[in-house]
Amino acid sequence: MSLRELIAHSQGLALKDGGPVFAEPWQADAFAMVVALHDKALFSWDEWAQALSAQLKRPGALEDASDYYHCWVAALESLIAHKNIARVADIDHLAAAWQRAAHATPHGQPIKLENDPEPH
Amino acid sequence: MAHDHDDHHHDNELDPMAARVRALETILTQKGLVDPAAIDAIVETYETKVGPHIGAKVVAKAWSDPQFADWLKRDATAAIASLGISGRQGEHMQAVFNTADTHNLVVCTLCSCYPWSVLGLPPVWYKSPPYRSRAVIDPRGVLAEFDLVLPETTNIRVWDSTAELRYLVIPLRPDGTDALSEAQLAKLVTRDAMIGTGIALAPEAA
Repeated sequence: MSLRELIAHSQGLALKDGGPVFAEPWQADAFAMVVALHDKALFSWDEWAQALSAQLKRPGALEDASDYYHCWVAALESLIAHKNIARVADIDHLAAAWQRAAHATPHGQPIKLENDPEPH
Repeated sequence: MAHDHDDHHHDNELDPMAARVRALETILTQKGLVDPAAIDAIVETYETKVGPHIGAKVVAKAWSDPQFADWLKRDATAAIASLGISGRQGEHMQAVFNTADTHNLVVCTLCSCYPWSVLGLPPVWYKSPPYRSRAVIDPRGVLAEFDLVLPETTNIRVWDSTAELRYLVIPLRPDGTDALSEAQLAKLVTRDAMIGTGIALAPEAA
């Protein structure tokens, strides 16, 4: 998507009361976690900007910024790995557990990690 | 997900990113670093409370109150805080005033630093590689993409945001607005005018 198309899209949203701030709930949660961790002084905004920039500058970054929150999550993972809070492998395992828990949860009920049929 | 052709259809699915973010939240909650209630409160703030209407109030006050405008020029962080707007991120703000000779444009070439407390979260184009790379090299060309064509004699000054210092453009007050109240003036101030990719609306267009 060209810059002009991105602008046109954004202005279309603006006509409809600005459109949603986040395209999907996980983006909102990922955003808020970074704000919360900064509040806890886990990192400075400068550190965060460096981490996010490193992800955004990776080869293959999309021109239309539709991968922006993917980069955001990757930056968060890199920072918490760097600070020895969790390794990427820990996050992989837990994410898989969440997906199994979702599969095992009947429709209409909240997805809980305890619903994962495999022992952790 | 193609529901009709999926032999292994399950009632609930978490896509990989949603599962990943849940995993991160689980780990960070277990370690006492985040509180799910606080996460919800932050999301609600950015989804419903913070947005360009806040920055528009700052601009309208600067247009109406020369003393406030002067304060905003000298110490935007304090002047904005005096209106009860808290930069909860603790970042410093600088207000850059458009003049008859100079138009200001804000970008973050590094990532997507943006004055959240007065404008909310940035539009998609602000975060996009073409805007971030071209705003500095070819600001006039970028403004043309926004259908903003400035006289050749107008200087364009580009401000590259950082994590610690974020900019708010104070657009020129439109003509024919002498009789308007601050609340009426605020309606003329668009998000793009405060980034510098637009100008304030004329009163008849608002």
